[in-house]
Amino acid sequence: MTTENKICFQHGMRDGCPIALGYFAVSFTLGIAARNAGLSAIQAFVASVLNNASAGEYAGFSLIAAGSTYLETAIMTLVVNARYLLMSCSLSQKLKPETPLRHRMLVAYDVTDEIFGICVAQPGYLNPWYAYGAIAVAIPGWAFGTCLGVIMGNVLPTRVVSALSVGLYGMFLAIIIPPARKNKVIAGLVAAGFAASFLVNRLPLFSGLSTGIKTIALTIALALLAAVLFPTDTVNSEEKKEEVH
Amino acid sequence: MQHNIWIYLLVMAGVSYLIRMTPLALIRREITNRHLRSFLFYVPYATLAVMTFPAIMEATQTPVAGLCALIAGIVLAWKGCSLFQVAVLCCAVAFVTELLPIF
Repeated sequence: MTTENKICFQHGMRDGCPIALGYFAVSFTLGIAARNAGLSAIQAFVASVLNNASAGEYAGFSLIAAGSTYLETAIMTLVVNARYLLMSCSLSQKLKPETPLRHRMLVAYDVTDEIFGICVAQPGYLNPWYAYGAIAVAIPGWAFGTCLGVIMGNVLPTRVVSALSVGLYGMFLAIIIPPARKNKVIAGLVAAGFAASFLVNRLPLFSGLSTGIKTIALTIALALLAAVLFPTDTVNSEEKKEEVH
Repeated sequence: MQHNIWIYLLVMAGVSYLIRMTPLALIRREITNRHLRSFLFYVPYATLAVMTFPAIMEATQTPVAGLCALIAGIVLAWKGCSLFQVAVLCCAVAFVTELLPIF
């Protein structure tokens, strides 16, 4: 590991700490769902180490509980996690074009809302070691949280669990608000995202759609609209200039 | 038919990994199409905004607590607080709001 990689790894670990805390709280409740589906603590641990996806795992556990087919489980996982496909496409542009395949395959292991969020917030190209640092801290939080959820069920007071679960959203805000302050298009996009998401969740017309589908549809619609109305090809070069300073 | 939980887990893990790995492994060059680049640039902001609201109000016991945490988070992030500070203070705001008897 070069010095630069080492520093990036440490930065990743630092930024991964709040993620690990948030993960712990969320995955704790996920563990309760896993227990209800009949998973053992070890199975829940393995599920979380291999999936790293809250909505995806919830969906999977409920299908396991219902005794669904493996094919149904595969399709459901695909649909609920489809936003990671978009995130990985987006993240591919944050990696230096010459980044070797092994790094691409390792970074891919943990493309989650949060890890993705802090990775794209890095100025310039992403050093894979930054992601590894964050993953090294976040995955244990996620996996042990799920495991403990199965073992201990409801020992933490509900108040504490609900307060902790807000932490993940606080992290999202810390990622999207500072760029929104600098860039009016992003500010408008964030506001439109809040409004559209609120409407789609409240209008009975859309009540038949799963959360995953709603997220994907709104993401594509809003990002597409922004790209057509306000195309920008100066974004990357601006970021790279900032990095030099 | 008796299903094996380990096979379920394998199926879930395989699909999840392929979704994430395929774009990263296949898109090796910088995309030059202006609109496609812009689209991918806007994706994270759109998706994180959509996932935050109104979900934050459903994560807490009372919607008001989530709303207060949201407002606090926006103000703190706007003022330049770090990721960790924003996350922790949002939790604190939600916790305190839920303790208040008026809500």
